Amino acid sequence: MEAGIVSYGAYVPRYRITPGEIGRVWGVDGEGMGQGLNVIRKSVPAPDEDTITISTEALRVALARGGIDPQTIGALYVGSESHPYAVKPTATVVASAVGATPNLTAADFEFACKAGTAAIQTCLGLVGAEMIRYGVAIGTDTSQGAPGDALEYSASAGGAAFVIGREHVIARVRHTLSYTTDTPDFWRREGQRYPSHGGRFTGEPAYFRHVTECAKQMFARAGTGPTDYAHVVFHQPNGKFPQRVGKQLGFTEAQMKYGLVTPYIGNTYSGAALIGLSNVLDHAAAGERVLMVGYGSGAGSDAFDFDVTDEITNYDRTFGRPVQDFLDPGVEIPYSVYAKFRGKIHLGGS
Amino acid sequence: MRDVAVLGVGQTKFGELWDRSFREIGIEAGLQALVDAKLSSADLGGLYLGNMASGSLLEQEHIAPLILDYAGLSGRHLPAVRVEGGGASGSLALHQGYLAVASGQYDFVVVGGAEKMTDVVEATANQIVSATADHEWEVVFGATLPALWALIARRHMHEFGTTREQLARVAVHDHEMASKNPLAHYRNKLSLEQVVGAGEVAEPLGVLDCAPLSDGAAAVVLGPLETAKRHTDTPIRIAASEVACDTMAVQHREKTTTLQSTVVAAEHAFRRARRAPSDVRVAEVHDAYTISALLALEDLGFVEKGKAGPEFASGRFGMNGSLTVNPSGGLKAQGRPFGAVGVAQVVEVVRQLRGEGKDRQVAGAALGLTHDVGGTGATSVVHLLERVN
Amino acid sequence: MSVARFWRETPRRYNLGGSKCTNCNTVYFPPRSVCPTCPSHRSTLEKMVPFQLSGDGTVYSFTVVHDAAEGFEMQVPYIVALVKTVEGPMLTGQVVDLAPADVKIGLRVRATFRKLREEGAAGVIHYGYKFAPAAEAGAGPEPRGRLAPVAGSPTGSSDRAPA
Repeated sequence: MEAGIVSYGAYVPRYRITPGEIGRVWGVDGEGMGQGLNVIRKSVPAPDEDTITISTEALRVALARGGIDPQTIGALYVGSESHPYAVKPTATVVASAVGATPNLTAADFEFACKAGTAAIQTCLGLVGAEMIRYGVAIGTDTSQGAPGDALEYSASAGGAAFVIGREHVIARVRHTLSYTTDTPDFWRREGQRYPSHGGRFTGEPAYFRHVTECAKQMFARAGTGPTDYAHVVFHQPNGKFPQRVGKQLGFTEAQMKYGLVTPYIGNTYSGAALIGLSNVLDHAAAGERVLMVGYGSGAGSDAFDFDVTDEITNYDRTFGRPVQDFLDPGVEIPYSVYAKFRGKIHLGGS
Repeated sequence: MRDVAVLGVGQTKFGELWDRSFREIGIEAGLQALVDAKLSSADLGGLYLGNMASGSLLEQEHIAPLILDYAGLSGRHLPAVRVEGGGASGSLALHQGYLAVASGQYDFVVVGGAEKMTDVVEATANQIVSATADHEWEVVFGATLPALWALIARRHMHEFGTTREQLARVAVHDHEMASKNPLAHYRNKLSLEQVVGAGEVAEPLGVLDCAPLSDGAAAVVLGPLETAKRHTDTPIRIAASEVACDTMAVQHREKTTTLQSTVVAAEHAFRRARRAPSDVRVAEVHDAYTISALLALEDLGFVEKGKAGPEFASGRFGMNGSLTVNPSGGLKAQGRPFGAVGVAQVVEVVRQLRGEGKDRQVAGAALGLTHDVGGTGATSVVHLLERVN
Repeated sequence: MSVARFWRETPRRYNLGGSKCTNCNTVYFPPRSVCPTCPSHRSTLEKMVPFQLSGDGTVYSFTVVHDAAEGFEMQVPYIVALVKTVEGPMLTGQVVDLAPADVKIGLRVRATFRKLREEGAAGVIHYGYKFAPAAEAGAGPEPRGRLAPVAGSPTGSSDRAPA
């Protein structure tokens, strides 16, 4: 297809907390947990940040970099599992904040960590069918793990926005395909504050099966193998799973390097693969081929085979921070401040 | 327009009046003023009542007829009008009452100011008083009323070198004055170290740079100067009653460090009274925050712009200075029931001009000034009062 | 709960949509329907047009708030500043992404998008502008993107023309 990524922007809040600090509170070897997960630190949103504000920051950067008139956006989708409202879309506030309203379609997506990649596929369809000129797909989360649960060591906040179109494409999509099943590895019931998960069931039958199957089907569709790609990005709930699945599929550490961001910012859920992709695009050269295989619990994988085009050499980076800035150490906070920021302290009242 | 005189005054204690209701304190002050004026309620022409926020603080609007009713006067079917202008509500009520008598339509009016601020918890009261600033463009962005004055203070320090200690001196002075005022909310003396070291509210203003939330009421009786001697041996003439306004938000002011509303109200007042700032011997100025008092001294024309800090610190405005400021203890120490302060300032100045100041008497006071401000300066009201022989 | 009062202002609060008097070229924020500067205010009724502020400015004054406004308790101590925008109007807003000890008069800032307050756990969430430190000249990319152009206003910045 002709369509692909025209512009992108990522945003991660500035506060960080380490697994060691979290473990200290729960009487657990936090540093050991961190090593086991390959998570060095995770991002924490400020009390005035949420999925709407993070998505807006990321999209404003993407639009500025691409020189895109927001009135030419025909569709805007935000994928998250931490939308600020259960009913009232994140997408409309973001659309208003970037000046894209009123002539566009918008909706929120949920598919655990692959809501953002699903949004990209939808935009590709609308652009390819010439229903819209530009579509915006955003994946952002400010998810939380239950206090003391294993997920608390990795669940973090961040997001990335992609403008999809056919003009000045910097990463053309050759193929996209998905692998979707009903697999209850990780879920959150309506009204519950924190998610639940199936423990070790989240590994082989969930993440690994879907990512591997999807990647293999992509190789078959595209007629490629791991050596055809300069870079690969996987969904990354921790820093270990993507390294293992990458190795199983035959990729080297060098190919996985830029796409792996979770060790430095934690698992940004719907933002994770997309922030990894953003980091790849920050470093990719024209002519390189990129594979992205996302994953969302529940469960499914979306794979994308990208060609980085010559347009990337002219891509305007005077706005927005390179992803590396977010991977650098931020402002470290203790658990007490983290609990305050994340609303884990019961304040009473209504 | 005929000359108007203050014939009588009354004031309740200011403070946390847990056992007194709004109606009770309004009536207490009003009755005291009527008795002081030797005015029978049969001769009363009407009531002007200054109040800032009875609706939010007490869930009660329409309070002017309420006070007349509970004073037993509903059967006389008198006019009663509530006047609101943020913290300047009391002075604005006085302005309206003054015009009412000056016009000749009414002979005798009571002007009252009353506020009950402690029936809600402090956080709620603080949010309510912030409504006197620009809610849509200042408060929703996190600015409280003290924060806005703090922005002015920081700029004053930046432009003129005013220091934290110079601000604190205002509070020390106010408490010194109020230690002799039995009606004051706070009568304890403060040291400079206490004020500077107090907890932060909005830097550089700390807890002791800010006037308290108080309950209280004050009232004056106004009548024609011509027949004033029938009511009092010491009628005090209202030589000027001037109101001036400015932008709502601090961000839109011509100069952040000048309250043009005060400058203009004062200029008009001195011109109307044919007097100058140097003629004033006693003044009750708006000292809701220590910076407010320093700004007031500059904008009223008592000191050059930027110099109020060092001038105040020099003692020029103390009991023995050329102009005694806030002998009552001001808003800071006498207290700040928002709608009452403008009237209470007049009560104090009238008592001083009559020679009833007791152990806070300002010697030789013949011309006095009151200065009241709404919000961060969107309204200023200046009154000049003089003793007549 | 006030729904309409806040919704009405979102073009201003999200994107600093101001107005400009085409008679004297003064820019205003929030927007005005009458120019206070022109000698004949009434004649300016037809002359006010939408104008997009860039969100760039410098700190003109600041305070660190310890006694929070309602809804801001979680952020204490927080910085509130008067920000002088490059187009002229002065705004009041929080400065974020900066330690209170580091704010100073003259700091260059740029508007960003944050949560202002929530009307309780069940009410509407209000968003709007806050200010964050801007990139120092020549010291790397501007961290924030651009504000959205107000409908009908010149953007004031040169966007690359879409193909």
